[in-house]
Amino acid sequence: MTTRKMAIIASKGTLDMAYPPFILAATAAAMGYEVQIFFTFYGLQLLRKDLSDVKISPLGNPAMPMPIPMPVMMQMLPGMETVATTMMKTKLKEKGVASLEELRDLCLEADVKFIACQMTVDLFEFQSSDFIDNVEYGGAAALLGFTGENGICLFV
Amino acid sequence: MNFDKELDASGMACPLPIVKTKKAFADMQSGQVLKIISSDAGSMKDMQAFADQTGNTLLSTTEEDGKYVFMMKKK
Repeated sequence: MTTRKMAIIASKGTLDMAYPPFILAATAAAMGYEVQIFFTFYGLQLLRKDLSDVKISPLGNPAMPMPIPMPVMMQMLPGMETVATTMMKTKLKEKGVASLEELRDLCLEADVKFIACQMTVDLFEFQSSDFIDNVEYGGAAALLGFTGENGICLFV
Repeated sequence: MNFDKELDASGMACPLPIVKTKKAFADMQSGQVLKIISSDAGSMKDMQAFADQTGNTLLSTTEEDGKYVFMMKKK
């Protein structure tokens, strides 16, 4: 039996949207899939050595549960993003959810390959020194070449 | 039921119970039994799917005091 393949395209760089690619990748790898995550656009933030700038904002995010109702005018105030991020991280920890750093390490440990989209790396002028080691560089064709005829491809 | 190794994944959320299960199996022999304790209700379906996908055998699933106990035999 050939190994099943899964490619995940990580295109978002907020705390909430950073979780699904790493969770799916770590799980798929544990279940025997060969997995690649293709980081593109804002998803490139998830490859940074320091993930403390990965945040969540209540602004423009009406589905985000808040302990008290928060008018949009208040969400705009300086520091609200940091407050929301701290609240979310505390909640994640309380519920036993791994940190992003931990999940990312688990992925690497399980041989998940991280591919940075070369075009958006150039667009945003990232340097390879901004990113963790173990990052490869490629384009859309490399991603499609990996999934082949019947690999799973998910866009996050 | 006898088991060869125990993994306590209590308090851990998805995907940690599955990832830790995979890691626990890594240094076990074929035919050995791993006991997994989880507090994540989602692991009821997840452990079955993990077993189906990986070819390991889920021997039993029990629930007691809000904890889920799985016995899984390595392929």
